[in-house]
Order: sequence, then structure tokens, then C-alpha cells
Amino acid sequence: MKKIEVVQNILEANETIASRNQQLLDKHKVFAVNIMSAPGAGKTSLILQTLTRLKSRLNIAVIEGDVASTIDAEKVQSKTKAVVQINTRNMPESCSLMAAMIEPALKDLPLDNIELLLIENVGNLICPSEFTLGEHKRVVISSVPEGDDKPIKYPLIFIDADVVIINKMDLLPYVDFDIAAFRRSIAGLNPKAEIFQLSCKTGEGIERWCSWVLEQVKTSAAKL
Amino acid sequence: MLHQMHEFGVTENIVNIALAKAGEAQASKVIQINIVIGELSGFVPECIQFYFDSLSKDTIAQGAAVHFELVPTQLRCRNCSSTFRPQDTLWACPKCRGQSVEIFKGRELYIESIEVE
Repeated sequence: MKKIEVVQNILEANETIASRNQQLLDKHKVFAVNIMSAPGAGKTSLILQTLTRLKSRLNIAVIEGDVASTIDAEKVQSKTKAVVQINTRNMPESCSLMAAMIEPALKDLPLDNIELLLIENVGNLICPSEFTLGEHKRVVISSVPEGDDKPIKYPLIFIDADVVIINKMDLLPYVDFDIAAFRRSIAGLNPKAEIFQLSCKTGEGIERWCSWVLEQVKTSAAKL
Repeated sequence: MLHQMHEFGVTENIVNIALAKAGEAQASKVIQINIVIGELSGFVPECIQFYFDSLSKDTIAQGAAVHFELVPTQLRCRNCSSTFRPQDTLWACPKCRGQSVEIFKGRELYIESIEVE
């Protein structure tokens, strides 16, 4: 019997495709955002709000990842024609988007006419944290009814986030969500993360988020 | 293929890497695959083993043992730089009580070595 040293990252295959995706996006000057959260935290609502506010200023495409159905793609379709739905039920894995699923989706989008790509991941706080897709920024949404302990329970996804959004702020008076405790957890795990408090329902705080997106798209395009 | 977890693709990678390395070494059989996996990694060893058994069928890795070396979580305090095992879910530094911490160990996921003949 012989022992062979390997020392090879098992996630390398995904990371290779992710960096290929990012190169393609960079070539076409497309700024990509990977939006992650638990089911029902407001990923689709955030995308709809962003489209409503920014569609006159930016060309925006959306990739919708879901285990099944085209419900989200249909909602988004009224605001942009550039939508691709990925159903992970038909994929080898169903719990998260992966770089290899994004690659063919990018071929279906008119990248030359797109400035911002919003990728809605599968609703899940565990699996998506292990897979990069080729995105430029990672956004995690927590909604106040979920409780303020989520960063402690699912640290990885929050540690890797560039932005953490606290959604459903309009429900704050009705639930036990300690904003200060939540912000403290994020500051401890990931001091670089930007935090936005907003409500996709009322529109409160959306303006600030949209200014951030606009700023990021401009800065990134200027660099390429 | 319905509702497989993300261990499926990871296990495919494991089988591919093992077969490639065994091929390079002109081995006739893979006996064991040694994987290093962090405690915080979102992958479940039992699940990897389960997929491995089916994905390695009819290859020279069929029947190989998948051995997992679990790396316990170690955090590093951003304030005083001490490293420590988290004692509770709050992840506070036992020395200075600082709550700004980073993961020092526990996110690993790699093939350390394979044993072939």
C-alpha cells in the first residue's frame, strides 16, 4: 500500500467556475450581487423594490434560484425582461445555487446590455455560504420575525457577507428582535459588513440601499 | 435526481480527485481517502460517505474507506489575538471578553492524502 499526498481543496472545482463567471461578468462590465437568506426573509421583495427604484437608471438582469416553480421569475418579469429561472430540483443539488448553474444562465442573458445582475439564491442559511458563484458582492437578508440570534446560529453566511440587510423593520413593534444585539453580533463576526435596516413592504430605508447599489455599480464599472 | 444535498457535488469532486491521483500513480485500487473537514464546514461526513458509495461504483475507488479528520473550531480574538475554542454560542474571547472574533480553524475541507495499491 502506498500513501499519496494530495492536499487539494474539494471546493476548488466550484471556485474555478466561479472565477470564470466573474471574468465573463467583468468583461461585459456587469456587477453581480448574490442575495441570500432563509426562505421568506424578503429576497424577491428586495429585488422587486430595487428594480422599481433603479430600472430607469440601470439595466438590470435577474437570476432566480428556487428548488421548484417559476413564481419568483414571473413576479420579476413585469419589471425586467432579462430574467433566468434556475430550478435546482433538476440539478444534482437542490439546496443552493452553484457556480456551474450560473455559467449556462449567463449565456442566456444579453450581458452587453446589462449593468447590474441580481442573483436570488435558494432560501437557505447553510448551504449557500459554501459556494461562491462569481458574484462581486454577497448580501444576506435577515428579517426581524426570524429573531436576532441568526448570526450566532449560522455564522458562516454572515462572516462572508459584504452587506447584511435587516428587513421587515415595519414589524419591529410586534416581535422580540433586539436590533442592538443583532448589530453587535455582526460587528463581532464581520466588522467590515455594511448593515442596512429597511422594509420592502413600506419602502422605508430602500433609498439608502439603492444608493449603495448605484454607487457600487459605478465604482466597479470605472475600475474595469 | 431529486432533492440531493450539496454533499453530492462535493463527493463527485472527491471521487474525481482520488481517481486522478490514483491514475497518476498507476495504482490499481484506492484503499482509503483521508479528508480533513472543519467542524464549522457545512458538510456532513455521513452524507459524503453515502454518496461516495454510489458514485465510486465500478471505479478503482469502489469500496474505499473515506476517513474524516475533524478539525475543531478555533477562534481568534481581533482585540488581543489569543486563540481559543468557543465555549458558548456567543463566541466571546475568554481572556478579554472581546466579541470581535474571526475563525482561525474549522472551515477546512480538503483531501489530505489517498492510500492506494
